[in-house]
Amino acid sequence: MYKHYWLVLLVLVILSPLGLLADGTAWGEWDAAGLKETLGYVPQGMEQLGDFWQSLFPDYSMIFLGQSTISQYAGYILSAIIGSAIIYAAMILITKLLVRQKNKLVCQNK
Amino acid sequence: MHIPDGYLSPSTCATLGIVMVPIWYRASAKLKETLDISRIPLLAMGAVFSFLIMMFNVPIPDGTTAHAIGATLIAIVLGPWAAAISMSVALVIQALVFGDGGILAIGANTFNMAFIAPFTGYYIYQLIGRNASPGSKRQIIAGAVAGYIAINLAALAASIEFGIQPLLFTAADGTPLYCPYGLNVAIPAMMITHLSIAGIVEGIVTAAALKFIAHHSADMMVNPTKTGEEATPNV
Repeated sequence: MYKHYWLVLLVLVILSPLGLLADGTAWGEWDAAGLKETLGYVPQGMEQLGDFWQSLFPDYSMIFLGQSTISQYAGYILSAIIGSAIIYAAMILITKLLVRQKNKLVCQNK
Repeated sequence: MHIPDGYLSPSTCATLGIVMVPIWYRASAKLKETLDISRIPLLAMGAVFSFLIMMFNVPIPDGTTAHAIGATLIAIVLGPWAAAISMSVALVIQALVFGDGGILAIGANTFNMAFIAPFTGYYIYQLIGRNASPGSKRQIIAGAVAGYIAINLAALAASIEFGIQPLLFTAADGTPLYCPYGLNVAIPAMMITHLSIAGIVEGIVTAAALKFIAHHSADMMVNPTKTGEEATPNV
């Protein structure tokens, strides 16, 4: 079911490294080092909160794969696959729970 | 448009987080009411689509990058409440696993991209494209225009959140505590980026996907006569 849509998602995963071709950072998403360069200082609050969370694969990169261009592309594709799998599973879980709650309500009302 | 931690004050983050709670609650209630089991995979695929499309960074002439978000498309196809859930899940995983967007800032990022974007996109689409048959020129144009405007409104919301920081929060020595750029810098920067490039990409993605869906399964579209209240397929 939904074969065509799976195919589209697969193509997006394979083509995702195209997103690496764009140099630079989105506005307002600079890290502390980048901000220090343009501003000359890092805002105090930002220094405190900026490292609030250490993600597993920062910036969709897989550091263990190495730094070459090819490994960057591979890391990006792997990130696309892992992210897609987690999001798909989370959505199925949430929606199934919602449906189950609904069914429970229906049964109680009978 | 993924605001990292440190750019918004904890109070800004908390405020927007609190705003999102009733939206998530209402969205879950809405899905519970209307969700058809056969459409569960579609919802999940919508969230995955949004996640993947956000990986395609597009260069902006000013040296920054931006990307489409897919929120309007999901809202048109699955309804705005389903889109709010799908987009939120994608954003939470991006923040948790990939550090794209902050954890503290999740309220702000979901407000912009999982609330403002899908809802404005959905209602603009309804305004222009109501009752347009799937795949028709009017439907495709309505989707493109809605996507373009919606991502820009989301970017505007983000730029205001950035821009109010130096007005409200400064250290004892007068330097900004969080985002150092005020409204006069943040709004033009974000808007030029999204009006010129990201909005157009979002419009094209929305239009192309609508065309694709119309070609393969027009019945998948939310019944357009039931404005946002139902997420059931046309039968």
